[in-house]
Amino acid sequence: MQVLYGRHHVRVFRFGLRLVRDEQIAEDLISEVFLDVWRQAGKFEGRSAVTTWLLAITRFKALSALRRRKDVGLDDETANAIEDTSDDPEVVAQKKDTGEALRKCLTGLSPEHREIVDLVYYHEKSVEEVAEIVGIPENTVKTRLFYARKKLAELLKAAGIERGWP
Amino acid sequence: MMAASRKMLDQEPSEIEMLLPFHAAGTLSARDVRRVEEALANDPALARQYAVIREEYAETISLNESLGAPSARAMQKLFAAIDAEPERKAQASVRLSARVSEFFARLSPRTLVWSASVGAVALLLQAGVIGAVLMKKETASFQTASLSMNEPSSGPITRDLGSSAAPTRALVRFAPEARISDITALLDTYQASIVDGAKGGMFRLQFGNRAMSKDEAASLLARLGREKIVSLAVATP
Repeated sequence: MQVLYGRHHVRVFRFGLRLVRDEQIAEDLISEVFLDVWRQAGKFEGRSAVTTWLLAITRFKALSALRRRKDVGLDDETANAIEDTSDDPEVVAQKKDTGEALRKCLTGLSPEHREIVDLVYYHEKSVEEVAEIVGIPENTVKTRLFYARKKLAELLKAAGIERGWP
Repeated sequence: MMAASRKMLDQEPSEIEMLLPFHAAGTLSARDVRRVEEALANDPALARQYAVIREEYAETISLNESLGAPSARAMQKLFAAIDAEPERKAQASVRLSARVSEFFARLSPRTLVWSASVGAVALLLQAGVIGAVLMKKETASFQTASLSMNEPSSGPITRDLGSSAAPTRALVRFAPEARISDITALLDTYQASIVDGAKGGMFRLQFGNRAMSKDEAASLLARLGREKIVSLAVATP
């Protein structure tokens, strides 16, 4: 368990943190995730990668935590309504730092869009693996990511950054 | 050629367009990689979109890496929770092979060498004892065929197929898991002795010292063939 924890806890923490946006909750989350893994180790059939299994459990736990909090929903409107204490995208754009603006806008995506962007880009999961983690059809994975990117482009445009797409 | 990229505000994205992020992350199949690369080479608009995607990819990684790591509290909480869990049955019934492996893994190389040597000596001793027992049983069970020229001829030089027929013999192959003690017990049960072996993994067994009728011999072989530790039993002269 220590080896498994040592190898995967940072990624699990970051995935959870991006979903719940609260370090304390994300830390509690990883304890719960690995405890579940410890309890259910016998059920792991090895048909998917360990990280896919871990991220699926993390996602489930994160959504449960969000439901418990009841102040963050999964829809874009609610997610976008979350107050962010750091600089607005406009301010960042004024600094002419596209990278920082991009990172800022990535945090502004809805949880649904954030998770799919993170799973594909950061966790480097394939279409099939994302479908397994999120529990949606493979075609939905592709279209959801496309519209997440479209939303990201809109947020950047609103921040005054044109990247030539769309 | 029709462009793979489209004005997505009006239309649904193309299949290739939707695969671009996965291409950037390197998670596509070889077939899809070829399709995407071919499309990128032929469609400048798609190539521009791919450049944008590469930027998103890099910044997503950068953003996630900036999130840091959990504190030691998370780990302490986890292992405290594991310690508080009731002992699991699965742990108590660890498979025998796992226990054996674990036992040997704990021994030092020097201990292992000594254990192996002691084991080898024990095996040799066991083989010697079995051999001695078998040799003892074999005493007077056969004699070399010879013709004494001085012996007075008391009858015709022909064989009596009745009373002097040879005892029943069989070629037997024991199951790989058969232990010496099992084989010894089987030999006792059948009043059998090993008269030759093991050629090609087969032992020649002799049953008693008297000849059996054909039916008796067939029944004995059938019974022998059903023994758990016998893989094969066939009659032999």
